[in-house]
Amino acid sequence: MVEADEPETAETTGERETTMSRAMVSAIASEMRDSDDVFVMGEDVADYGGIFDSTDGLLEEFGREKIMDVPISETGFIGAAVGAAQAGMRPIAELMFADFFGVGMDQIYNQMAKNTYMSGSTVNVPMVLMTAVGGTYNDAAQHSQTLYGTFAHLPGMKVVVPSTAADAKGLMHTAIRDDDPVVYMFHKRLMGIGWMPAPDGPKTSVPEDDYTIDFGEADVKREGDDVTVVTLGLHVHRALEAADDLAEEVDVEVIDLRTLVPLDTETVLESVRKTGRLVVVDEDYHSFGLSGEIVARATEGALADLSAVRRVTMPDVPIPYARPLEQEVNPGREDIIEAVQSTTE
Amino acid sequence: MYGWMVTARYYEERLQEEYLEGKQPAFDISAGPIPGELHLAAGQEAAAAGVCSHLDDADTVTAPHRPHHVAIAKGVDLKRMTAEIFGRRTGLCKGKGGHMHLFDSAVNFAGSGIIAEGCPPAVGAALAAKKRAEDSVAVAYLGEGAISQGGFLESLNLASVQNLPVLFVIEDNDWAISMPKGRVTDVGNGAQRAGGFDMPGKRVDYDDACAVYEAAGEAIGRARDGNGPTLLEVQVHRRMGHFMGDAEGYRPEGDSERAKQRDSIERMESTLQKAGIDDDTVDDIRDRSHQRVEEAIEWAKDQPEPDPDEAYNDVFTNPPAGWTPNTKPGQTESAGDDD
Repeated sequence: MVEADEPETAETTGERETTMSRAMVSAIASEMRDSDDVFVMGEDVADYGGIFDSTDGLLEEFGREKIMDVPISETGFIGAAVGAAQAGMRPIAELMFADFFGVGMDQIYNQMAKNTYMSGSTVNVPMVLMTAVGGTYNDAAQHSQTLYGTFAHLPGMKVVVPSTAADAKGLMHTAIRDDDPVVYMFHKRLMGIGWMPAPDGPKTSVPEDDYTIDFGEADVKREGDDVTVVTLGLHVHRALEAADDLAEEVDVEVIDLRTLVPLDTETVLESVRKTGRLVVVDEDYHSFGLSGEIVARATEGALADLSAVRRVTMPDVPIPYARPLEQEVNPGREDIIEAVQSTTE
Repeated sequence: MYGWMVTARYYEERLQEEYLEGKQPAFDISAGPIPGELHLAAGQEAAAAGVCSHLDDADTVTAPHRPHHVAIAKGVDLKRMTAEIFGRRTGLCKGKGGHMHLFDSAVNFAGSGIIAEGCPPAVGAALAAKKRAEDSVAVAYLGEGAISQGGFLESLNLASVQNLPVLFVIEDNDWAISMPKGRVTDVGNGAQRAGGFDMPGKRVDYDDACAVYEAAGEAIGRARDGNGPTLLEVQVHRRMGHFMGDAEGYRPEGDSERAKQRDSIERMESTLQKAGIDDDTVDDIRDRSHQRVEEAIEWAKDQPEPDPDEAYNDVFTNPPAGWTPNTKPGQTESAGDDD
């Protein structure tokens, strides 16, 4: 495949514009230089550099002992990462597509997520499980899910969903340094890989030095007074585009949750108290998931302030292959515009 | 067998051309007439033809993400399969499955895009055949990269303890995306995995369709006679990248050229020559295969795309009363709505 052409725009400020994948890789590399306990294991993470460039270039610097290609055996290698983490190392395991979680889920939710609790904190599991999420490129039902809600629902895992390069780097530093298991869900469409063009938003200016972003701090990506749109991942950018389109008629505030566990309820409530209208945009399935959770928290915390609530989500259907079908179900800018407008009617 | 092999090869050459339309010069996976990923099986035709020659429509085949050659040999409807790959309404799966997830119930063919996860359903098809005292068999195809998966190993065990009529076919093309076989398993001969489950295991070292035919015949005969499962590994060659657009930077220089030199189709042609089949007959088979492919592609491209509303159908065979997919645009709910 064609590599993303990366213009070098080094500035004197020590910041440069970069893709989300490069921002993630730079955080991983930096943590690996600082600690021998950090290593990466996964399918096609070494020579290939990760199917979505999540480990691109790491093999050259760190070698095969640190950037480990493993057999296709998610139960085996994710479980091995759990064991290494319990032994005091800081592994980063990659589940190539979040859709494949079923193959190794026991190690994820019964071991990685529960061992700290079940051991009464006598062991802990300081690992990162990276995984690619999302559709928009017609890869059908087994390769296009986000499953935010599934991972956030099961206790014991911190769940991170970056939407920009700057967030991706800071959140990755925090994830690797965290003493608990962190599921780091990156959207393929945001990575900036050559063969899957990204929207403009995720490529941002990124400080060269290390920095962390605390978990549980949502980011107000756009301020507004009329309607609050709460979203994450790819749909932050779709929501921002919708907000720009609506700027003449409605003043939309866009909140990027950034982490699901912990969830920054307070930022959502503050915004809803100000605007009185809530739209949740989620690429995950509609029912029993993230969108319902956000609405529930908003109603629990700010019922009196709410005049309208809408959800724009993936309907409860497996994600179809054909282009018109996938476009129909994946929430687009127009769907967001329509939902925002309906809250002000 | 030759007809299936040249059909599969030519089919994939044509798919490759169609796939790249609109995706170049800068490769964009979401552009062009064929959506999504495309995994081509050029170089693996012998494993399909040699095994499927022994099967009829009642026998089940499960295929992994690289399915076209097996589908063709199993007799999957070529036109509707092509329409599915183009994402058309009249495709095998109404445009919902795509090339990794082809289902043709008329010939008991099913696909899965998750590595090794076609193995358990094949065991289930064999279990059903046994329970119903039918003499049909099931064949699960997988790649050599899948032989470390629990789903595969658990399937071997279940098939063995239940004495089920299953044939597991490992297509060893040496590459699990970017991982060469030597770094995936310490067992050079994947068929040795059978030893741990007390079932016969055999490896065919050349992608010779006749040798595969012979080995598969024995295994499928055993299965039909009620003598249980077999594990067969067939050496094939991956002439292409893992998927279209794969630059194969991980592949040592000359490796794909070597794969292309060991061509099962040329091998088959020389076998036919030695058997005294004249060139005209061979040419005729090839020409008719190509014609069939062209007709399928032409037909498929003329088919309509699905209507967006069709996305909400088929979630259930028997939709529960009151069930809706909830978020059809324009159907968003608000506090106080009573539907």
